[in-house]
Amino acid sequence: MTKIVARATDSDSNIRETPAPKESGSRVYSLVQRATQQRELTVVLVTLFVIIYFGIANSAFFTTANIITICQYLASFAVIGFGEVLILSLGEIDLSAGAVYLSSPWFMYFFWHNGIPIGWAIVASMACCAVIGMINGLITVWLNVSSLIVTLAVNYALFGIVLIGSNDIQVDMPGQTGHFSIIFGVGAWSTTLWAAAIMLTIWALLKRTRFGLHITATGGNVLAAAEAGIRVRRVKVWCFIIISSASGLIGILDAIRIGTVNPGSSGLDTVLPGIVAAVVGGTALTGGRGTIFGAALGAIFLGVLEDGFNLIGVNANWFYLAEGVMILVAMIANTQLGDLARRLRR
Amino acid sequence: MTEAESPLVGADSTPDATQAASDMVLETIGLTKRFGAVVVLRGVDLHLRRGEVLGLVGDNGAGKSTLVKILCGFQTPDTGQIYVEGKEVSFRSVADARRFGIETVYQDLALVPQLTVAQNLFLNRELTMFGRLGWLSAGKMRRLAKSYLEDIRVEIPDINAEAESLSGGQRQAIAVARATRQNAKILLLDEPLAAMGARESALIVDLVKDLSRNHGVSMIVIDHNYTHLFELCDRLNVIQQGHIAVDQQVKDTSVEELTKLMVSAYHRELAEGQRLLKQ
Repeated sequence: MTKIVARATDSDSNIRETPAPKESGSRVYSLVQRATQQRELTVVLVTLFVIIYFGIANSAFFTTANIITICQYLASFAVIGFGEVLILSLGEIDLSAGAVYLSSPWFMYFFWHNGIPIGWAIVASMACCAVIGMINGLITVWLNVSSLIVTLAVNYALFGIVLIGSNDIQVDMPGQTGHFSIIFGVGAWSTTLWAAAIMLTIWALLKRTRFGLHITATGGNVLAAAEAGIRVRRVKVWCFIIISSASGLIGILDAIRIGTVNPGSSGLDTVLPGIVAAVVGGTALTGGRGTIFGAALGAIFLGVLEDGFNLIGVNANWFYLAEGVMILVAMIANTQLGDLARRLRR
Repeated sequence: MTEAESPLVGADSTPDATQAASDMVLETIGLTKRFGAVVVLRGVDLHLRRGEVLGLVGDNGAGKSTLVKILCGFQTPDTGQIYVEGKEVSFRSVADARRFGIETVYQDLALVPQLTVAQNLFLNRELTMFGRLGWLSAGKMRRLAKSYLEDIRVEIPDINAEAESLSGGQRQAIAVARATRQNAKILLLDEPLAAMGARESALIVDLVKDLSRNHGVSMIVIDHNYTHLFELCDRLNVIQQGHIAVDQQVKDTSVEELTKLMVSAYHRELAEGQRLLKQ
C-alpha cells in the first residue's frame, strides 16, 4: 500500500516549491513566523508602545493611583469586549451591550426602591439583562433579522425605558457602605478583579469547552456546523445571553463605584469601545476567530490612550482625532501583519 | 432485449448477484421518482458491495443527482425499496440515512476553516471530561485523531494546523476521514477530484483505495470526468433516461468502450421511444 504524503501546497505549486531556509537563520525565521501567527501580537506591540510613550511623557503615569484610574475606566469596555468576542466569533454583533450596561443599575435601583433587598435586586436585575440577551438572540435566529438591527433597536428601546422609568432624573445608587460595597464596586480593585474573573471564565468557555468550540464552528462555517449536528441557533442565543449578563453585571458594579447613575448616557458610546477592543485585539468581524486576551489588551490599549492623553494634557478638541488615528494605526498594523504571516506560511 | 451477450443490463441480470448477496451493503429495487409530469427515475436497480467503489455517470437530467439525493436521505422515492445490509430501510432525512451509515462528503462544506484538523475530525463528537461541564479532552482527541489518520494512511504534517492552511486534497481527506471515523459505511462522494492537481488527486485516490480495500468502506462516486472515475472506481454505472443503462467493471472496459456503450444505449432508447410514439 502506498503511503499518502500530503503537503500543504496548492495543486500546481510543485515546481515553485522552494526549500524553506532550514539551515542558517532558520531559528530566527521560525521565531518570526510563529510570532506573526499570534493574533494578539500587534495589539501587544501597540499597547507596549503607548504605555512606554506615556510613561516617558509623564511621570504620573506609572503611579498606583493612575493605574487604578486606568483599570477602573477600562473594566466596562473590557467586559463588553469579552462578550463581543463571543458574538463576533459567531459572525454576529451586539450593539445593545452598552445600553444593557447602562440600564442594569436602573433595574437594580427600581427593584431596591420597591423594597427588595439589594442582593436580590442585583440578582433580579441580572435576570432582566439575561432576558434582554435572550430577546436579542431569539429575534436574530428565529425571525431572521440581522443582529446589527435587532440590537440597535434594543439599544434605543432600553434608552427609552430608562428615560421613562427615571423621569430623566439622576439618582444615587444604594450599597455604598460596608463589606458589600468593597466587593461590589467600591473597593479600588473591585471592578478590575471582577473583569479579570469574567475574562478567565469567558476564555475558558471559548477555548476549553465544547460550547466554545461550537461557537467557533458556527461562526467559521455555519453549514458545516449544522451538518455536524450542532444546534447553531441555540449556541447563538446563549452567547447573546452571556454578553448581556456580563455587561449588566459590570454595569451594576460601575454604578455602585461611581455612586450615581445618569439616565442620559448613550449606550452606543459605551458599546463601541468594547467592539473596538475586541477587534483591535485580533477578533475577526466576519466570525470564526476570537481572542479573549486580545480583547483585554485592546481594552488596555484604549484605556491607556484615554488616560495618557488626559495626563499629558491634550486639548479636548484634539483628543478624539488622536484616538481615531491611533485606532486606525492599530488596525492597519493588524491586517498588514496578518498578510505577512500568511506570506511566511507559504 | 435482443443483445443477450451485451454488457447492458436489465432489471436483475447482474451475473454474480446471488453469490455476493451477503456482501451487499446497499441495494435499491425499482426506485422511481417524478416531479409533476416529469419522470426523473424510472426504476433504478442499483447495488453496492462491501468495499466496492461504484462510479455514477450520466448526463445532466439523467436522474443521477436525484438518485444520489434519495440515497443520502434528502429526498424520498415515489416507489421502490432501499436495502442496507439486507434490511429494508426508508430515510426521512439526511440524519436518518447517516444513522444507517450513509454519508455524503462535500469538499468544502464539511470543514470549519478556523478549527484544527483534530477539532474538525471530532466536530460535535468531542470527548469531554468533568461530566456535564463540557471541558474538552483536547490532548486525547489530538492523540486519537493522529492515530486514526495514521490508520487510514493520511499524512497530515500537523494535527494542530487549521483546516484553512491545508490544501484542497488534504481537506477532502479530512472530510472523508471524519465520516468514516464516525462509522459511515457508505460514502457518497461528489466530484472528489474536482480542481485538484496530480499530487492532490493521488492523495485522494490512495485514500479511497485504502478505505475500500482495507477498511471495508463502500463508496459511490459521482463525476463527469471519466479519467477520474477510471482512477477511483471498481465498477461504473451509466444512468440514462432515469435508469441504469450500463453496468461495467472498470477492469473490463475502457473510456472508449464505455462511450460506445453509452451511445448505443442512447440510440436504443431513442428507437424504443420512436416505436412507442408510432403505436
